Amino acid sequence: MRAAVITFPGSNCDRDLAVAMERCFDKPVARIWHQDTDLPPLDLIGIPGGFSFGDYLRCGAIAARSPVMREVARQAARGVAVLGICNGFQVLTEAGLLPGALLRNAGLGFVCRTVAMQVATASSPFTGSFAADARIALPVAHHDGNYQIDEDGLKRLEDEDRVAFRYLENPNGSMAGIAGVLSEQRNVLGMMPHPERAIEPLLGGSDGLPLFRSLMGALA
Amino acid sequence: MTTPAITPEIVREHGLSEAEYQNILEILGREPNLVELGIFSVMWSEHCSYKSSRKHLSKLPTEAPWVVCGPGENAGVVDIGDGQVAIFKMESHNHPSFIEPYQGAATGVGGILRDVFTMGARPVALLNALRFGDPSHPKTRHLVAGVVSGIGGYGNCVGVPTVAGETTFHRAYNGNILVNAMCVGVAEADKVFYAAAAGVGNPVVYAGAKTGRDGIHGATMASAEFTEDSDAKRPTVQVGDPFTEKLLIEACLELMQKDCIVAIQDMGAAGLTSSSFEMASRGGTGIELELDRVPLREEGMVPYEVMLSESQERMLLVLKVGREDEARAVMEKWGLDFATIGHVTDTGRMVIRWHGEVAADLPIAPVSGASPVYDRPSVPTPPRLPIVGAAGSAPMDDRDALLVLLGCPDLASKRWIWEQYDHMVMGDTVQRPGGDAAVVRVHGTNKGLAVTSDCTPRYCEACPRTGGMQAVAEAWRNLIAVGAKPLAITNCLNFGNPERPEIMGQLVGAIDGMAAACRALDFPVVSGNVSLYNETEGRAVQPTPNIGGVGLIEDLGRMTGMAWQRPELALVLVGESNGWLGGSLYLREVMGREEGAPPQVDLPQERRNGDFVREVITARLVEACHDLSDGGLLVGLAEMCLASDMGASLDVPREATPSAWLFGEDQARYLLAVSPDALGDLRARARGRGVIARQVGTTGGRSLNVTGLVPISIDEMRARHEGWLPALMAGGH
Repeated sequence: MRAAVITFPGSNCDRDLAVAMERCFDKPVARIWHQDTDLPPLDLIGIPGGFSFGDYLRCGAIAARSPVMREVARQAARGVAVLGICNGFQVLTEAGLLPGALLRNAGLGFVCRTVAMQVATASSPFTGSFAADARIALPVAHHDGNYQIDEDGLKRLEDEDRVAFRYLENPNGSMAGIAGVLSEQRNVLGMMPHPERAIEPLLGGSDGLPLFRSLMGALA
Repeated sequence: MTTPAITPEIVREHGLSEAEYQNILEILGREPNLVELGIFSVMWSEHCSYKSSRKHLSKLPTEAPWVVCGPGENAGVVDIGDGQVAIFKMESHNHPSFIEPYQGAATGVGGILRDVFTMGARPVALLNALRFGDPSHPKTRHLVAGVVSGIGGYGNCVGVPTVAGETTFHRAYNGNILVNAMCVGVAEADKVFYAAAAGVGNPVVYAGAKTGRDGIHGATMASAEFTEDSDAKRPTVQVGDPFTEKLLIEACLELMQKDCIVAIQDMGAAGLTSSSFEMASRGGTGIELELDRVPLREEGMVPYEVMLSESQERMLLVLKVGREDEARAVMEKWGLDFATIGHVTDTGRMVIRWHGEVAADLPIAPVSGASPVYDRPSVPTPPRLPIVGAAGSAPMDDRDALLVLLGCPDLASKRWIWEQYDHMVMGDTVQRPGGDAAVVRVHGTNKGLAVTSDCTPRYCEACPRTGGMQAVAEAWRNLIAVGAKPLAITNCLNFGNPERPEIMGQLVGAIDGMAAACRALDFPVVSGNVSLYNETEGRAVQPTPNIGGVGLIEDLGRMTGMAWQRPELALVLVGESNGWLGGSLYLREVMGREEGAPPQVDLPQERRNGDFVREVITARLVEACHDLSDGGLLVGLAEMCLASDMGASLDVPREATPSAWLFGEDQARYLLAVSPDALGDLRARARGRGVIARQVGTTGGRSLNVTGLVPISIDEMRARHEGWLPALMAGGH
């Protein structure tokens, strides 16, 4: 498994994601600066949570235009797996690698809590190790996680089985309880919950582990 | 350089007394110019000089074998083993938060973060102690909403988890809320950075955000009482930029890995003035500044403004000669401003030039060291009578009293607040908010830092000395309760106008009590902050010496929490229960009386009971533990039931007065859940140490069953406990 995590100015879950990947993959994870354009050969690119560029424009909008994101798009088109978590999900929608948009939470406030959700499809390199329809609990921590998409887009996502995770307790008003979506090729996943924060019981749960195991099985 | 003549009005506007101005004339042997007067005014402000409190602060014990650096630096440093140290401090941002709650609270977080990473530590935990006015006061909701989103907005963005704190309400804070922020960081012991400017000729470097006109005279504002026109002071509140702070953290920590830095300090209160004077003062050196080289955000700024600006996210560094390019490259990688603005001299003077012309020329020592120290007159707080065992006839039974207490402003769940804080980022939060102390794992190890913030202002008001003791003791107990060895404290002492003898009496009493407790518990003070003049139109806040405690858990496998996992465990009450109701929440919330002396703090007993509890936790005899404080035994047990999502039974002893036994706030007590198999061992150890430990109940079921009371379901308790704050914030009260 050759994995990397990108750091934008203002990323703050980059270390957490790299630590979780290293722990689950038992391999060093490359760290990539947002201005790098020369990526080593990779199987998986992680785009971490945080507040890239302060999120002073729309969340993820500036990061989506970073030099490294052109390279990420190229690699994604070639089939490299891309995992965007929280701010990473926002970056992927802003970059056009995933459909839809993430708006301000319905409650208008930042929400940090562990929420119940369901694995909506086990058919992807990210979710293959989950039992179909498994109920899991993962932490969320965001201000702008309210997933919205037009009607046709939603129908397509549902018809093509591209909703990866669905909230059972919707913390942010997301349409159809969507917590994570897959790209058409199913090799790009964006999700608001933080699987990297749920990899050991000491941290309050390990429901994030199967996601990393799935990647290990599918890509290594 | 032409400056206006210094008139008595100008001196007064700078918050300097006539005597202080005479002192300045003597020091200089001439009239100061306006820049110099401005510098004196902030350096001699209460906020920067501690002129009313310094004499008394010296009574606090500051040493222990594990203390690496006590008060006087940017933050305190304690050894946590394996070549690492914890660095921490608490600080107030009360005045700005009342005027502009979002930015006031946000920049409070920013400032305390900088105090910690400036010493070489990566910040790993944030805490905050918040005191608001009466919940029904028209301003309270607005202030709670603004402060909480300000703390969250800053902490969430920089990516440091906000893991613990306290939030209470009392009408004494109607005109002066308290916002105290604490930060804990971890550094390598051989990579701690200090702030003493040394090495004649070394460059003095400015890094971070540009300087604007914001926050000019913030330190002076924080040293005066509020009046009705305080809203007009809004321009003196600084504006925070957490994104720049995040870049500054990463840039400074990256730079610290290189061998470039001689000294580093953040520009906090009084900005470039206090940072430059303090660095030169600590190093016994002088500094020459070319002030026009400071990166400016606004056109037309003058030296007076540049020296006094409190623009955020700025650092002052002394570098080794010839390392500027290396340092500049790191700062520029992170998109931050970098400018060499001066150099270190051996003159003992601060010489400030503006386009080549001298704008100020002051001796360092008298400005920073010889600021006035006042021995202000004080009168002790008159003692109140104890109320023990019986407090008159209650308006409700004990079942209803419990429900009232669980939903009262001070005890109601603060989930609405801490769910707006990212308390899990960094991936090491092993005990989240809501328990006795939060615990963050030391990254990459199996050790944990336990952190807590505590104070019971109603005790401090009734008896400052006992209240000061109790605040320290409660912080100590909260650390013990999760299985930590308490190491040291930081504090933030919030009081009214020290020029009033009764307020000074509170300050002196509280410090006396704290000192006694710190000594008895081997729990020294390593950093702190004093915030005075928390008064509006003559009405002072309750005396509030907030204590931030830090402890070490050597092995996270031996940590405890408030929640038990299974039924049939014995509930063991450690400590003596005399039914002390004076100053209790029961008396205030149920009986409607704010009276009586606060519970006595028996320090030898605190020590004995705490050492015992830590011993039995470490020996793995305890499955859950909770410190008993506000609301007494029954509230403590109810909180454990809620955390466990399981009920319990409690047997009221026949000889006890039920209400007093259930709700008395006797100190030095813990409630433990213990496996029946471990009970014998635990009792024997208690006997050996002379500690009272008796079984009072058993875990299990879906309700709390107390002798003589109708069972109280978990759901009913939870509804009361969780419902209050969301309802308040939705406008429901």
